[in-house]
Amino acid sequence: MDKFRMVFQFLQSNQESFMNGICGIMALASAQMYSAFDFNCPCLPCYNLAYGLGILLVPPFILFLLGFVLNNNISMLAEEWKRPQGQRKKDRAVLRYMFCSMAQRAMIAPVVWVSVTLLDGKCITCAFCTSVPVEILGNTSHPSLSQGEMKRVLARIPCKEIYNGQELIANEVAIRYLRCISQALGWCFVLLMTTLAFLVRSLRPCFTQAAFLKSRYWSHYIDIERKLFDETCAEHARSFAKVCIQQFFEGMSTDLAAAHCHPPRKAPADAGEAAEKLLGITDQGTMNMALKSWHRCKPPLHLHPPALPSGNGWAGEGQPPANPPVPRRETAAYYSRV
Amino acid sequence: MDRFRMIFQHFQSNSESVMNGICGLLALASIKMYTCFDFSCPCLPRYNMAYGLGIMFVPPVALFLCGLILNRQSLVMLEEWRRPQGRRKKDLAVIRYMCSSIMQRAMVAPIVWIIVTLLDGKCLICAFSSSVDPEKFVGFANVSLVQVQQLLAKVPCKDDELMRNNTSRKAVSRYLRCWSQALGWSILLILIVVAFLAHWLRPCFNQATLLQARHWSNYIDIEQKIFEETCCEHSQLFAHKCILHFFKSMRQEIKLHSFSSPREEEGAEGEEDLPWGIKDQDQVNKLLKTWYYEKPPL
Repeated sequence: MDKFRMVFQFLQSNQESFMNGICGIMALASAQMYSAFDFNCPCLPCYNLAYGLGILLVPPFILFLLGFVLNNNISMLAEEWKRPQGQRKKDRAVLRYMFCSMAQRAMIAPVVWVSVTLLDGKCITCAFCTSVPVEILGNTSHPSLSQGEMKRVLARIPCKEIYNGQELIANEVAIRYLRCISQALGWCFVLLMTTLAFLVRSLRPCFTQAAFLKSRYWSHYIDIERKLFDETCAEHARSFAKVCIQQFFEGMSTDLAAAHCHPPRKAPADAGEAAEKLLGITDQGTMNMALKSWHRCKPPLHLHPPALPSGNGWAGEGQPPANPPVPRRETAAYYSRV
Repeated sequence: MDRFRMIFQHFQSNSESVMNGICGLLALASIKMYTCFDFSCPCLPRYNMAYGLGIMFVPPVALFLCGLILNRQSLVMLEEWRRPQGRRKKDLAVIRYMCSSIMQRAMVAPIVWIIVTLLDGKCLICAFSSSVDPEKFVGFANVSLVQVQQLLAKVPCKDDELMRNNTSRKAVSRYLRCWSQALGWSILLILIVVAFLAHWLRPCFNQATLLQARHWSNYIDIEQKIFEETCCEHSQLFAHKCILHFFKSMRQEIKLHSFSSPREEEGAEGEEDLPWGIKDQDQVNKLLKTWYYEKPPL
């Protein structure tokens, strides 16, 4: 039990830092993805806006969903939400707390992507180059073009090598203007997000501290209970398997002894543990038969108490003594009532 | 008892160093952000000032808020400030001490940003290029007012076609950068002198109150951590008992309903080997189903 306690303390104390670590890794991955991404503005009137805004808004949405997927507490939340009430009431505040803390962590990578995109400026330049105020920034001496022609010329601003409107409006002037707007938006976005995070974190102790402590405790409890249950089941499965296999070997050795018409060889008292571990199988032929029978006919998942020595071997390997099926049916009926 | 003592020592020694570490990391992050940031002055008359001063002052505000968010002690201080009095009096001196130490640490990254910005010079050149006196510079002296504003606004953009190889542009740029760096170094010097004086003169005033405030603020922090640790341990024990109880109640139900009366005695002896008396696939399945459909009450 001490071992369990140490392991769970370690997991608990490190779970928060583990989740924060995943958050940080996703934020760095999102910044790295952006720098590795080869942005290619199409430089066509209707496509620019779609491409620019798509690159600005679609990857954050994907990163947000990925943040939920990578969070292994999502299955715990879903389980707690959908379980039948049974004998334990469901507390909505705990579910809300779990969801909020997961959503906050999942929001970090999308916010980093949007900030980096805006501060870099390429997306906004591509999306809004056709909306540049030509009358303020452009050369007034240039003869006016039709609306469509103007849009086609302006759409080529992000692509310096094919831009042909230098007399209308200088390429560097337009790009500087758009990038300035984009960076201003970016810093305002960063400031807004930081302010929101600060308010959320600092207003909580002022209003709902007691409810928060309760929700936090019970959400940790649900997590620990689930892990402990899994560990207990694993331990049980181990013991089950051990006894099942032991009974299989005992059954084999009893069968063989019965087939050879002499009582099962009992290890002499002073032979030590090694002889006991041989489980009555002491030659190649017997071992081969045991292995073949394990492959062809695994024993049923049904343990029986230590067998009384009996003269008759069982027909199959590891078969339980005939239990009347009636009690099992009655047991099943009792369980379904519970 | 030994374990508690070790934990106390660990928290005591590490709480301050963790906070100082976070402070240092934020300062480094602020320098890195500045170097990665692609500063591009718009070079337009009214936009320059807004952009330049915006880049100088908006990120420090965000960094300051980040410094407050990342510092665990700010939450502890807020909780102590807002808690109902109950049976423990509130000491305002402790809260003031905690507040001032949090503010000092949170101010480091913004100050680093502002100083790096000033020493680099680009922000000030961008913001104040339109405000220099054109009479001082040969290239801008005899130009009309409107045009001089346009030209001065383009000074930060070296690659602009009008400004390429313009010696007056370089002169204005050098002039503004000189002012910017002078301002930067002066601010740095003043801050270091103030910090030095504060550290040296502090023991002369209210040392006893300070020691008390520091002790009790550490105490509140440690108490909070230990409370969380204890809740953690408690929930583990609670879960452990709950699950054991669940398995035992399953075993009792199985015992009540299996027709194995002649085997009672062997069953009692053999139980040590068989896990919780749960002996076959169906029973395990029933156990798992019961766990899902009817978790035991808390």
